[in-house]
Amino acid sequence: MDIHALQQIVHKSRDARRQQTISKFSPAERDQLIHKYHPDFRASAYRPIRFGPNEGDKTVMELATLLEGDSSIQDHADLTAHYTCDVLVIGGGGAGCAAALHAHGAGAKTILATKLRLGDSNSVMAQGGMQISVAPEDSPVTHFIDTLKGGHMENDHALLKTMVEDGPSIAKWLLELGVLFDRQADGNLHVKKGGGSSKPRLLTCSDYTGLEIMRVLKDEVINQKIQLLEFVAAIELLSDEAGNCTGAIFKDLDNQRHVIVAAKCVILATGGIGRLHIQGFPTSNHYGATGDGLCLSYRMGAKLAHIDTFQYHPSGAVYPEQLIGALVTEGIRSEGGHLVNAKGERFVNELDTRDVVSSSIIRECEEGRGIRTMSGRVGVWLDTPLLDAEHGPGTVEKHFPAMMLQFERFGIDISKDPVLIYPTLHYQNGGVKIDTNSETNVKNLFVAGEASGGLHGRNRLMGNSLLDLMVYGKRSGLTAAGRVGSMKQGQLTLKHLQRFRADAKKHGNVSGVISPMILPAYTRKVS
Amino acid sequence: MAQDDINVIDQPEVTTPRMVTIEIAGKKVDVPEGITVVKAMWYAGMDVVRGVGCLGGFCGACSTYYRTKDDPKVRTCLACQMAVQDGMSFTMMPPFPARKATYEIQKLKDPKQDLFNLYPEAPLCRNCNACTEACPQKIDVREGVWKAVFGDFKSVSEMFMDCVMCGMCTPVCIADIAPNLVALYVSRAQGAHFSEKPVDLDVRIKEIQDGQYNEEWDKVLKMSEKELAEHCATVK
Repeated sequence: MDIHALQQIVHKSRDARRQQTISKFSPAERDQLIHKYHPDFRASAYRPIRFGPNEGDKTVMELATLLEGDSSIQDHADLTAHYTCDVLVIGGGGAGCAAALHAHGAGAKTILATKLRLGDSNSVMAQGGMQISVAPEDSPVTHFIDTLKGGHMENDHALLKTMVEDGPSIAKWLLELGVLFDRQADGNLHVKKGGGSSKPRLLTCSDYTGLEIMRVLKDEVINQKIQLLEFVAAIELLSDEAGNCTGAIFKDLDNQRHVIVAAKCVILATGGIGRLHIQGFPTSNHYGATGDGLCLSYRMGAKLAHIDTFQYHPSGAVYPEQLIGALVTEGIRSEGGHLVNAKGERFVNELDTRDVVSSSIIRECEEGRGIRTMSGRVGVWLDTPLLDAEHGPGTVEKHFPAMMLQFERFGIDISKDPVLIYPTLHYQNGGVKIDTNSETNVKNLFVAGEASGGLHGRNRLMGNSLLDLMVYGKRSGLTAAGRVGSMKQGQLTLKHLQRFRADAKKHGNVSGVISPMILPAYTRKVS
Repeated sequence: MAQDDINVIDQPEVTTPRMVTIEIAGKKVDVPEGITVVKAMWYAGMDVVRGVGCLGGFCGACSTYYRTKDDPKVRTCLACQMAVQDGMSFTMMPPFPARKATYEIQKLKDPKQDLFNLYPEAPLCRNCNACTEACPQKIDVREGVWKAVFGDFKSVSEMFMDCVMCGMCTPVCIADIAPNLVALYVSRAQGAHFSEKPVDLDVRIKEIQDGQYNEEWDKVLKMSEKELAEHCATVK
């Protein structure tokens, strides 16, 4: 049928739905729904990791294969350093920039290396906002409790307490750098309510929160004259005799040459895994989100946490084809947008946590109440015009300019017509296990941001990622910088890789792939 | 017919994709109509490293010049946000060597005057409006440059909130202004120097420093798993 004909049911059912209140599921109902429909519980998609620090732990096939993968570096590679520094930051997104700025600010000679350009990251796309308890009726403890509930009580308490307590001073730092958070009339920070949160706590910059923060941080990295290496992809870490981290090997993507960087401390801020397209899901992630940091630190002996759980953002675009996987911000639901099935019915409290909402959408579609596209996808409607009906004409355009523009480019006016959505692979809930200084169990190897794990438990709460990036970016940068003054540069060896290879051999070198992936293979093989 | 069979969106472009001929950096290739410009490059067998970033229209990495069939006008787009059509030709914009001024944003004494030291070319705009036409985000760039020069930093910061820093306003400027960089400076100055200090934020920071939440933390962190779960359930 014509898409406009199919959309009619959303327009027709709107007034009736506006009268409706849908209560949240009870804890038992939530568990049941998630166990039945959430992709994290699809047993056939998982297998145990065969060797290494997480031997026996289950994760998705796509990641297990990469973690067991071999390095592209030969045992006797030349390890003469091209660059030497105190702190090497790998990754140019939010966590990487925050780490580099703080390490540099504390006096450490810092290099920031990234495989794309400075700032090309998931951080730049964050639309929903940043959770920080600044409102008088809110508190860091309430932020802690909300996050714990969202994470199914499995969050690392120390990491979480640290994040919520550091939050307000992070907001102050960003304001001083010139980040333009939305304000109330009295000059205080405007806070919005996010899914799974009991209090309004989201700081926003229109629906460009990540973009605004990244514009400022990138500019500041350049202003501070921090040494940048762009278009170099980390392909192996370096260790000394004792197994401590001492640097990294990169591949220059312009000329394929190896670049060796010696560093007293290394901070991995390499982001997530969306481009592995786990279980065939489309993704909201940027081009380079291939989990490189997980492979690199795993070979060094760093333990991973919660790597069996991923976040599928409830609202990824399904139509038009060009936008498949692109995110439709949660802000739409925060402002009252309904999720509507093919029968014109709501089926979930739209402000429940992401795992619950995603599971309920998958349920609707599996039970035949979805809307299908001819490329074999399926989805439900997100009633965007409802926002204009509820809060006055022009609301969608005023509050969600980024989204309006994105759809307008393909001839779709989301203030007039609902959009078709389905969960999209969005975030890696787990990652490399860290302590409150952002350090791993490998000495002098730090991990910050999405690549790290433990903080978010089994489901990250909306708006907690931007804060995570800033808090642990800062902590890793400051801890590393505070340490390097009394350190000597360690030897550059591949001892860890020899150990890893011996272990792999014992297990029959099963993986057969080279990792990290660096970039997804989207180029069509043209014969 | 079951409910599920009716609810299928007609998409002739998917069921019977029409192949179109386009030109990528001067080379003619056939690709399915309607795919994005960046996907067209992948389809044509090209490895793309420089020129792809977030793939969501936010990072500005994929700045592209394109022209549609028989139209002399060369336009700009973000390659991840533009669908190809028959007869289109395009090429990605190389990294443009625009000059970015460096500054310590917090140490500026008079940011509105400092603009003229940092970007002395900013007041030389000759009103050609090419920057506005080049903007894929539909920002009135020319107006923004003038507002910056006249010290209306607040308006500039609002107008350029949509700016993805693709830099396509820069190569077209006959006065060698880099409007996006000027706007970035102005927006940061607006935030750092001309915005109110949020009082509640300072209060909260002090409360945390003074240990006002310690008692509550002690209580929560000492709870057993079961007690904590029960406590969580009471927070709505």
